[in-house]
Amino acid sequence: MEIKDSALVWHHHDADPDFGSCQSKELLSHLENVLANEPAGVTKGLVAEKVLSMMVNNGKAPDFVMCIGDDRSDEDMFESILSTVSSSSLSALPEIFACTVGQKPSKAKYYLDDTADVVRLLRGLANASNPKPRQTAHFQLDLVELSRSFKTDPIMNPFSSGTRLRDMIRAIRACKTAAEERAVVRKECASIRAAISENDQDYRHRNLAKLMFIHMLGYPTHFGQMECLKLIASPGFPEKRIGYLGLMLLLDERQEVLMLVTNSIKQDLNHTNQYIVGLALCALGNICSAEMARDLAPEVERLLQFRDPNIRKKAALCTIRIIKKVPDLAENFINPAAALLKEKHHGVLLTGVQLCTDMSKVSNEALEYFKKKSIDGLVKVLKDLANSSYTPEYDVSGITDPFLHIRLLKLLRVLGQGDADASDTMNDILAQVATKTESNKNAGNAILYECVATIMSIEDNGGLRVLAINILGRFLSSRDNNIRYVALNMLMKAISLDSQAVQRHRVTILECVKDSDASIRKRALELVYLLVNENNVKSLTKELVDYLEVSDEEFKGDLTAKICSIVEKFSPEKIWYIDQMLKVLSEAGNYVKDDVWHALIVVITNAPNLHGYTVRSLYKAVQTSGEQETLVRVAVWCIGEYGELLVSNTGVLDVEDPMTVTEADAVDVVETAIGRHSSDLTTRAMCLIALLKLSSRFPSCSKRINDIVRHLKGSLVLELQQRAIEFNSIIEKHEKIRSALVERMPVLDEATFSGRKAGSMPAAVSTPQGAPPKIPNGVAKPTSAPLVDLLDLSSDDIPAPGSSGGDFLQDLLGVDVSPASSQGTNHTQKSGTDALLDLLSIGTPPAQSSSSTLDMLSPSQDNKSSVDVLGTLASPSLSAQSSSPVGSSSMMDLLDGFGTSPSLPETNGPTYPAIVAFESSSLKVTFNFSKEPGSPQTTLIEAQFLNKSPNIYSNFVFQAAVPKFLQLHLEPASSNTLPASSNGSITQKLRVSNSQHGKKSLVMRVRINYKVNDKDVLEEGQISNFPRGL
Amino acid sequence: MGIRFVLMVNKQGQTRLAQYYEYLNLEERRALEGEIVRKCLARNEQQCSFVEHRNYKVVYRRYASLFFLVGVDNEENELAILEFIHLLVETMDRHFGNVCELDIMFHLEKAHFMLEEMVMNGCIVETSKSNILAPIQLMDKA
Repeated sequence: MEIKDSALVWHHHDADPDFGSCQSKELLSHLENVLANEPAGVTKGLVAEKVLSMMVNNGKAPDFVMCIGDDRSDEDMFESILSTVSSSSLSALPEIFACTVGQKPSKAKYYLDDTADVVRLLRGLANASNPKPRQTAHFQLDLVELSRSFKTDPIMNPFSSGTRLRDMIRAIRACKTAAEERAVVRKECASIRAAISENDQDYRHRNLAKLMFIHMLGYPTHFGQMECLKLIASPGFPEKRIGYLGLMLLLDERQEVLMLVTNSIKQDLNHTNQYIVGLALCALGNICSAEMARDLAPEVERLLQFRDPNIRKKAALCTIRIIKKVPDLAENFINPAAALLKEKHHGVLLTGVQLCTDMSKVSNEALEYFKKKSIDGLVKVLKDLANSSYTPEYDVSGITDPFLHIRLLKLLRVLGQGDADASDTMNDILAQVATKTESNKNAGNAILYECVATIMSIEDNGGLRVLAINILGRFLSSRDNNIRYVALNMLMKAISLDSQAVQRHRVTILECVKDSDASIRKRALELVYLLVNENNVKSLTKELVDYLEVSDEEFKGDLTAKICSIVEKFSPEKIWYIDQMLKVLSEAGNYVKDDVWHALIVVITNAPNLHGYTVRSLYKAVQTSGEQETLVRVAVWCIGEYGELLVSNTGVLDVEDPMTVTEADAVDVVETAIGRHSSDLTTRAMCLIALLKLSSRFPSCSKRINDIVRHLKGSLVLELQQRAIEFNSIIEKHEKIRSALVERMPVLDEATFSGRKAGSMPAAVSTPQGAPPKIPNGVAKPTSAPLVDLLDLSSDDIPAPGSSGGDFLQDLLGVDVSPASSQGTNHTQKSGTDALLDLLSIGTPPAQSSSSTLDMLSPSQDNKSSVDVLGTLASPSLSAQSSSPVGSSSMMDLLDGFGTSPSLPETNGPTYPAIVAFESSSLKVTFNFSKEPGSPQTTLIEAQFLNKSPNIYSNFVFQAAVPKFLQLHLEPASSNTLPASSNGSITQKLRVSNSQHGKKSLVMRVRINYKVNDKDVLEEGQISNFPRGL
Repeated sequence: MGIRFVLMVNKQGQTRLAQYYEYLNLEERRALEGEIVRKCLARNEQQCSFVEHRNYKVVYRRYASLFFLVGVDNEENELAILEFIHLLVETMDRHFGNVCELDIMFHLEKAHFMLEEMVMNGCIVETSKSNILAPIQLMDKA
């Protein structure tokens, strides 16, 4: 044997075969570069040759040669042995056994299946050749290697315990019933748990793979989380890879596990192997918490500039997660993010654009930066992309990378919103995309769809808007249901911008409500709901009610809810409202919610001239549609209350057909209802009350009624039995007081009812009826003020209904209005007002994105659209209308503010009441209004500031901001020092011009800075309680 | 964050791959999968590929016996997601060769690795099939 001078050996027989081979390839290419000019070529073949020739030279020629090996380098050995032996001049040729392990193409003549076979063979050989041991040196070399490689992949190891992954999947697949599957899974889980508790290293990888499968089937796998961490912490790539995957899949929200993994991720982010860096980035992007974001942001920032684009793209998406978790970190990333937009690699560009989009939503600073620096570049990227020639790698049916197209359009939309200059820059390219994109394939339509969305959102450009609406029109008439669906979706968004254009498609949209596809129906119905206004409510309602007759059962619920809501909101007169409701009740009474028919009854009691008409209509309807529960309830209630009007035909309207109903007929209706099997407790109880009332009103039927009531005394339902017994005694024993007892119900107060109804809508917070004290800081005020105006214009005091309106709004926003919690709730209240401002200024692009504030509302609202919020806001004022004739016009104004058709105020006088614009515990701001004669658009406001605290305020500065349709001019204030305890005030004049005078009301956001005791104080608020018509 | 979850489900409604990009506990996941799958499997070929469920919009597409369902939020471009599903299937096809349910079952990790290269935290990372498969094939070559 000779002594080796220097040698480098890379062992990878313990490595994962996949990863090892990829690493060795990388290594080989490095080595080839480095060693290109160096003498190399020491192989096992050369060594074998040398050994053989030495033996021959020493006169000990071999007579038996056996070599076994399992990898590529052994092939050289097999070859050289064959050639050496055959070429050498040996007297007797030795017997040669070249043997490989595992079946594969090889120079070796023989093979063995696995290492176990090799051991068996060697053992056999050793036994056979024991008597005269000779020339064992060759074996020894290989034996060492073999024994080391004995412990290879455990999955392949035939001696291993437990089932293989494949076998487990097969076993699960073979299960015929869910119970069998559960049994298999339980067994597997038990053995995995056992392996975990024994800290079994060899099967960790396989066990985790099994757990992933079990997790997918929907069984608990939390016990595997710590195993993921161990795998992540292990050095090998395959372990890490499965560990990270397991972490992403199995992780629940347990913070301690996340904390434990932070350090491993940090190490891996700095790993020299880029694939491991990629794994760590991917995991971090998927599961990162706020703490991790803070800890690891510097690493990610560095990786945004990594040399490999595949790392850069993952780092970009990781950044999105980080800045969403910790928005403060966004500013560190602005520059690297903007740099990504200049990349050529599609993956980096795609993720970079996404990052900039999300960053703009999180940080205003970023938004401004991108507006200033990146728009031209983005327009150019989009232009190049749209004009690029065929690129096979990114081509989707003739279009290059539609995904990148869409991301770019999305970012342009964010940047162009509310910025005329930016919008101007992108007009050309948008027009090009909108006109040139092929629309016969899905990919092209996806781009067009996104382009329309962008055109709709950026600053108005008449030509482009027309183009966009035309594309939507084309989509709407498409035969492809997917295209029609997205068209409806987009029209929902377009309606706030250009309701006229959407109204043009009304007929088509109404057709879509009747489509056979539930998704399209749902979209269309929601769109129709938005399309309804005072002018078309009658025709649209008629269409919908007609369709109700033939619609699917499962759609009736949605449809009735929407019809009822439309009718309630826009009904021009009570008789129409009652008519429509009766139609809905007769068609789909079983789908009508309780609050809807309660509301109907309230409306009926408030329309004394329609009592006769209503009860007669109900009588007719119930003859044909007696199976509709809610119709029966309303009918029974009305017959009980107004039965005599039914019989005597009082107050017949012109539209009615004459009919004669006897007292017995009326009682028949109630008797049928109470006897029907399908009637539930509520209906039967209502029937009993109706019977009691009728027994007094129809003396001729008193006997018969008493029989029915007595019959129910044996009812098994306690409630009914009790009523029957008590009513029976009233009828039989208390004849004298009966008529007084069963007088007609007093008129139900609509305002209270609707206030309560709206208040009970969000389940999150229920305010006690006692109405907690209001916080007068511009939150409750703006909402209650219109209601105050509605109900009592002349009074300065806030009447009870007004405050209940305020409470209702607080409820709507899910805010608990207790004064004690002022600090904690301030934030929420503010966001509530923001949402209000956004609602009020629908129709103009809001100054800031409204999505975040609406999101805040949505959890308690079950994700209703903002429009639903509008609907609920509008409804109480509507029902308040009838109780206060003065209020009606300002009610209309209130609705106007919400984006319906404009109408000029009628009753507003030339002078406007002063308002308390803002009030906090320390400060009160009052606004006095006046108009310059001849310019109705301009309002002069005199703001007066009062200091409620015992401290003097210095450096007092008042700032105000208004939406785009307003112009604001602030005159210098009378002073910048505000005396304490309301001992004097500062006044400041404001001049506001309203370009949408008569359509939109004033809104204003204010900010007040001052110093008190040398401390800076900032107060902010929103004023939306301006008198109408300013 | 556009994509909220990716599901692969067979004709019988059994989940074959599930990847969520937001946290749902076990019961929520099971319930959600059950409801959505029932809704989607009941629809016919002519009906559109979008189903609204709770606050998700589910974009689905059927390939032979396998359904691919992607849950997205309201901001997402539905047509683009449809295109994404196709890209996902094409990518798997290129790797497995005419991908089928069994490929995904028995190579669940691989399917996840592929998805991982395509979607991260609900955003699309890469749309080039060769870029997606490069790291996976590098591992495969033995």
